[in-house]
Amino acid sequence: MTTKTNAERNPKLAVWKFASCDGCQLSLLDCEDELLAVAGAVEIAYFPEATRAVVRGPYDLSLVEGSITTPHDVERIKRIRKQSKTLITIGACATAGGIQALRNFTEVDDLTAAVYATPAYIDTLAKSMPIADHVFVDFELRGCPINKDQLLEVISAFLHGRKPNTPTYSVCMECKRRGTVCVMVAAHTPCLGPVTHAGCDALCPAYNRGCFGCFGPMETPNTAALSAWWRRLGVADPQLMRAFRSFNAGAEAFRKESEAHEHADH
Amino acid sequence: MDEHAFVLERQHFRHLLAALQERGYQTIGPTVREGAIVYDVIESDTDLPVGWGDIQDEGSYQLMQRAEAALFGYTLSPQSWKRFLHPPDVRLWQAHRTDGTFSITPAADEIPRCAFIGVRACELHAIAILDRVFLDGAFVDPIYQRRRAHTFIVAVNCGQASGTCFCASMQTGPAVDSGFDLALTEVIDAERHYFVVNVGTEGGAEVLNALPHREASAEEIAAAAQIVAATAEQMGRSLETANLKATLYNRSEDPLWDEVAERCLTCGNCTLVCPTCFCTTVTDVTDLSGAVAERRRQWDSCFTMEFSYIHGGSVRYTPKARYRQWMTHKLASWIDQFGVSGCVGCGRCITWCPVGIDITDMARRLQTADQPLGEAR
Repeated sequence: MTTKTNAERNPKLAVWKFASCDGCQLSLLDCEDELLAVAGAVEIAYFPEATRAVVRGPYDLSLVEGSITTPHDVERIKRIRKQSKTLITIGACATAGGIQALRNFTEVDDLTAAVYATPAYIDTLAKSMPIADHVFVDFELRGCPINKDQLLEVISAFLHGRKPNTPTYSVCMECKRRGTVCVMVAAHTPCLGPVTHAGCDALCPAYNRGCFGCFGPMETPNTAALSAWWRRLGVADPQLMRAFRSFNAGAEAFRKESEAHEHADH
Repeated sequence: MDEHAFVLERQHFRHLLAALQERGYQTIGPTVREGAIVYDVIESDTDLPVGWGDIQDEGSYQLMQRAEAALFGYTLSPQSWKRFLHPPDVRLWQAHRTDGTFSITPAADEIPRCAFIGVRACELHAIAILDRVFLDGAFVDPIYQRRRAHTFIVAVNCGQASGTCFCASMQTGPAVDSGFDLALTEVIDAERHYFVVNVGTEGGAEVLNALPHREASAEEIAAAAQIVAATAEQMGRSLETANLKATLYNRSEDPLWDEVAERCLTCGNCTLVCPTCFCTTVTDVTDLSGAVAERRRQWDSCFTMEFSYIHGGSVRYTPKARYRQWMTHKLASWIDQFGVSGCVGCGRCITWCPVGIDITDMARRLQTADQPLGEAR
């Protein structure tokens, strides 16, 4: 590659991690066939998961994985925001607080006392929060983990100044396009697909499993109506509560629905 | 039923598939997969759902073992033939950037010559409706047109209606009347298993002539007619179509729409399983380098927010507005637009709604609500 002038320099990409499992960052490394194209299109300036080399900010594009769980996180995300022209969150943790948002439904002190030998050393917040609770986010990419094709789409869209094609409708749309037989109708398997945001290409139903809701609530989720139908399929309140309380437990629609089944008398 | 009917014995059915394959057709028909009878590529009669039937009701589908070894003892598959004529995802073109300019490459649309095996009466009517949408008028859809032109249709009269069928109400079945190359009625009695065959086109006659067959007797023709007549009596649902269009227009503000919106998931399933819903969205994608762009066309649904998105937001942002739009278009404004109802009474939207919303029930309740209003005028 020839040396580029400052004006034609590739956009600087940074990948940041907060409370998370690293799975979404790995989706970027998992691009394999496309990784060289990514490296050709952007300058990877900060990506500790992939390289120790660090290029100083500011950055054109920051991808942020993970949720905000400590006072230190709050300060750090603000600094990152200041250094980033565009900030895109990747994954359920950054977008909804992740699985660790289960703490939001209990007392965090009880958890630290149960887990750590010396809880006094732990400086943590009462809740696991999405990035957008603290700084302005330009775009949120859903998924636990994110879909690598969608990640490439988001990066491509950013590079060419267009809107990413990441539909916000239900997983059912993807099932029907694939030609998968509905597991809820044909096998009476409880499925979160009708209230879940598309993006995984309806992976689980294609393997005869109900949707787990990894991509969080779809654009207009009618969780109450789905729960009413699940009851007809024999699902009781405790299981309903757990179904909505997983990777996207902190997403508002799922949080409210799980709470509706938490103390229900049935 | 046509007086010039023929008989194809069950043991010779495989020759029908072979004859079509010899003529270069990919044979697509019913087969058991994922706990349902779906339309897919079939090679031989052993791929057919021999002895299988289905039980369908609102939001529920179950396979059922039948007493006899019927090849077409089921009612309707989860999805319609729309999949093959109006594919869910197609590339329209690709563009390549070279030396500051770009060139457009039309998508290589390789169309297999398809023979559809087991098309039901309601589905023939649905194809006729798609023909009106895509082939009539100033704007012809070339993707549909090319596929449709290469299709050979083996229709099958229904010997069984499901719990969600209402073709009798829509006058689209269960008897096959037109739009086929060959039409079969499967007859199984104590001694025999055969098909009464009607010929719809010269192409159909040519294929039939390649098979072992003979002229049907009056008794055989009567037996076939009796089967279809019995099916008409088994309809699990019904829809009163008289004045339905006026009712839907009159009752556009009825509180019943709020009730159905309480249940509607806006998931889009009803529209995608509907054999006549034809809406698509067009998406442009670019690769990372910006050297290649392509335009794709995918099935869309009026239940998505983006469907009615214009500057400033979605026009139909409430689930109520979206359900009302779909049902009113299907049963009322479709008639204004295309001259026929958009519903053929296949019942797929009822069976495959994840929460069992029933369009016939909704119509009935609106009609009941409309009664006093109509009298008052």
